Amino acid sequence: MMAEKSSIKKYLRGMKFPFCAGCGLFGIVDSFLRAVQELGYKNFKKFVFCSGIGCSSWIPSPFFLADSIHTLHGRSIPVATGIKLRRPDLNVVVFGGDGDLMGIGLGHFMHAARRNLDILVVMSNNMIYGMTGGQVAPTTPFGAITTTTPYGNFEQPFDAASLAVAAGATFSARWTTAHLKELKKTIKIALGLNGFRFIEVVSHCPTGFGRKRGLKTPQEFVDWVRDNAISIGEARKIGKNKQKNKIVIGEFIRKPRLTLIENIYAITREAQKLGKEN
Amino acid sequence: MLSHPGCKTYFWQGNEACVQAAIIAGCRFFAGYPITPANEIAEHMAVNLPRIGGIFIQMEDELASIGAIIGASWTGTKVMTATSGPGFSLMQESIGYAFMTETPIVVVDVQRMGPSTGQATKSGQGDIMQSRWGTHGDYTSIVFSPNSVQEMFELTIRAFNVAEVYRTPVILLAEEIVAHMREQLTVPDSKAININDRKKPRPGETVFFGSDEIPPMPAVGEGFNIAVTGSTHNEEGIRFTADPVVHRKLIERLNQKISDNREKLVDVESYNLEDCQIGIVSFGSTSRAVYEAVERAEKKGVDVGYVRLKTLWPFPEKPVRELSNVVDRIIVPEMNLKQIFYEVERVAKGNAEVVPINKIGGGELITPEEVLDAILKGE
Repeated sequence: MMAEKSSIKKYLRGMKFPFCAGCGLFGIVDSFLRAVQELGYKNFKKFVFCSGIGCSSWIPSPFFLADSIHTLHGRSIPVATGIKLRRPDLNVVVFGGDGDLMGIGLGHFMHAARRNLDILVVMSNNMIYGMTGGQVAPTTPFGAITTTTPYGNFEQPFDAASLAVAAGATFSARWTTAHLKELKKTIKIALGLNGFRFIEVVSHCPTGFGRKRGLKTPQEFVDWVRDNAISIGEARKIGKNKQKNKIVIGEFIRKPRLTLIENIYAITREAQKLGKEN
Repeated sequence: MLSHPGCKTYFWQGNEACVQAAIIAGCRFFAGYPITPANEIAEHMAVNLPRIGGIFIQMEDELASIGAIIGASWTGTKVMTATSGPGFSLMQESIGYAFMTETPIVVVDVQRMGPSTGQATKSGQGDIMQSRWGTHGDYTSIVFSPNSVQEMFELTIRAFNVAEVYRTPVILLAEEIVAHMREQLTVPDSKAININDRKKPRPGETVFFGSDEIPPMPAVGEGFNIAVTGSTHNEEGIRFTADPVVHRKLIERLNQKISDNREKLVDVESYNLEDCQIGIVSFGSTSRAVYEAVERAEKKGVDVGYVRLKTLWPFPEKPVRELSNVVDRIIVPEMNLKQIFYEVERVAKGNAEVVPINKIGGGELITPEEVLDAILKGE
């Protein structure tokens, strides 16, 4: 009976998402909007979304009925930095892909984690540059065939969720598009915390990656993701070597510390006293 | 430094004058990355902005610096960054983004000798064409060139006013010489300084990228549900990645809002244009040698007129063309290998012979003697 009011459509402009049929991003959108709804937000008035370039950067822009800033490739986090520093009262959420955040924008990602900038970064990791046609990414598994590694990928991929921990994130988790319930729960947790929060979602990309890996349907790809996932607890037990080619899922860190906003505004208040004395 | 000054006189560097002007103009957010010879701007911002409730942040590189000021500008804040050639190169993509998204930002490029690392501590005028054409695609730049500490102050305020009124990036193209030299600076009484702010939308408005030539600009968090994108977009900010009509309409308006106001944006200092035999077109620090050369030429009975470009872009075509109609010869001294020269030649359309004086390296200035020699050569 509450179907209308509880619908997540109220968070959307009502335009059709342009993603391929069977794309993993639909699940991420759905999980995010349901998390926001369950937290009791009636609209996105207290949110600003920033994104870069790539399929997942189109999640908020312009489809969310919200303020959304669709920036250059890799520059979503700097723009989010400027927004958050001047409007600390707003929830600043960055959506991006693995190319955007682990490739061209990695420097900003690391520094935002180091500063403990108060933003939530949701990274869809499809292990490929999807929008440009399936080129190798910094997250592509070793040996994988892509359009620019036709004989197999000769590089090792980044472990983004661990990278965030090393750089100083106060919250880091990884789920997959085969774990949408857990993802929703994690988004709710992350939205309730301060500091630099990172959620990586390993996402199936049937068009860009699946066809090269013999995963012909979206369902086959999701099944592959699910079958290769192991919990972080289990991963710690079996050790690094046996984790190879596995997708480690779960919460990597939840460890609050003073945030950039807390620190910079504390300093500003002190400096303002000096300003008044002059 | 003062946020609401009475009239005061200082003995300051150009970079300090720039910071004072920015604060008076209303700048409350600065993001930057260390680079010679622009460092004093960031350092004085770091001291002064927090005292008045503003934010200073040193970012990890120039890509992040300009990104952060673009983000802060969308909160309704006046913003600035400062850099030099190498950093200016890194910022070019985002200058295009600010143009495309109509985000007011002020970028100070304190020029040094390039290309590449070049001579980091030595003055130059080599970024003239980069400031016009640095980003990709069809766009129009607004660029000011100060020739004194006082003008560093005045043109910084103007850069903010123009950025806000036209909703576009504005570049203050300074030089190491002007940035580092100390001169008397008179900061006028606050009532005597004209400050402009961006036009804000009324509640319920939805068109922030069109309709008016210069549309109103909302801030995030005000309930407007703004869609900002560097992709081609319609008047409401919705992306159209393939539609030729939407693209044409947007890009033509973005360029026209500047070219239609060319007369208001162009600012030159001109002298003796009626009676001169020889003309000089100069800008920035080089113009200081021109003043002395002209005076000495007059003592020798040679009447020289000049146009000094305070606005470099849009190029002051009208005054340069008028000069070319009067004189037979126009001298163009520049600390580069001919950049404004070709603009002068283009505008003169063969009316006058255009003669270059160029010098690069080691921060060596073009001297009054060299300009005087060029003046007297044809006599």
